[in-house]
Amino acid sequence: MANADTELYQLNRPLVWSGFKQLAPISIFVTAFGAAFGLAATQAGLSDSTIVVMSTLVFAGAAQFAALDLWGTQIPFFTVMITVFAINARHLLMGATLYPWLRHLSPAKRYGVMLVASDANWAMSMQAFSRGQPGLGLLLGGGLALWFFWVFGTWLGIYFGNAVSDPKSLGLDMVMGCFLLAMVVGGEKNLRMLVIWAIAAISSLLAYWYLPENSHVIVGALAGGVAGTVWGTQDNER
Amino acid sequence: MNVETAGIGALAIALAMAVVTLATRWGGIYVMSFVPISYRVKQFIQAMSGSVLVALLAPMAIAGDNGARLALLTTATIMLLLKKPLPAIAAGILAAALLRQL
Repeated sequence: MANADTELYQLNRPLVWSGFKQLAPISIFVTAFGAAFGLAATQAGLSDSTIVVMSTLVFAGAAQFAALDLWGTQIPFFTVMITVFAINARHLLMGATLYPWLRHLSPAKRYGVMLVASDANWAMSMQAFSRGQPGLGLLLGGGLALWFFWVFGTWLGIYFGNAVSDPKSLGLDMVMGCFLLAMVVGGEKNLRMLVIWAIAAISSLLAYWYLPENSHVIVGALAGGVAGTVWGTQDNER
Repeated sequence: MNVETAGIGALAIALAMAVVTLATRWGGIYVMSFVPISYRVKQFIQAMSGSVLVALLAPMAIAGDNGARLALLTTATIMLLLKKPLPAIAAGILAAALLRQL
């Protein structure tokens, strides 16, 4: 186990490039989703430069779309920030789940890699780790691919957005949902995981219906995590 | 507090959003640097990583429209049959698009 651990956190150019290539196919959909954002942001009245700056620096689709909903001639600053925080709070959990491997890197690299952490590349790298393969190349390289195509798509949307005026009718709102589900289904499945997932799903739904908006991911994920400590595995990886 | 979106205001909002998002990307590993990685913490993290995805997906499937449901069902089915993510994802998106044309 110790030997495997030393291999898993390695991060070098070939691994990053391989990660980039593995996430490039999904990036076609990300480009389309980015174009939908570019168009929607133009329609909401944002200037071209603000839109590109937002996609480049925020790089979080769901939160950016939510901010557009609140956009007007006047913007409630704290409402926007709380919404962005709540939607992106899942990054906190992703960082925590990656920490056992990231802790082997220098702080500069560790925080640098996290700049491009998002749903798809995080899910791919966790899946690689669970198969006993190095995953940080997927995180960084895949993240760079997603980031590049997200910004490129946004730019396309500003200038040629009319092709994706209705992203929902093209199924583009389901890109991330289908991707993440494919990760779940393709991952490790056993009775323990199914019970944990059921608890996560039920908690998430209850939070979705009864707790403040955008709290469901955190609530469901933490409930699943607690369930995992209550029902521990039998292996002796202590 | 309201911010005018004319002029520099909109850019300031975008930058503030970037700072908040960056705090979420960095906060998790920052906090974890103070937590000893014990057996129990490992179990928690391992269970939580799958649960993040399930917690994202559950409301999409239950509260979403039929297009969303069919997309997820199609992706899950093809993933179970072929074990290849890309065809599964493409088919799911296509299914949603087709159903929503009706």
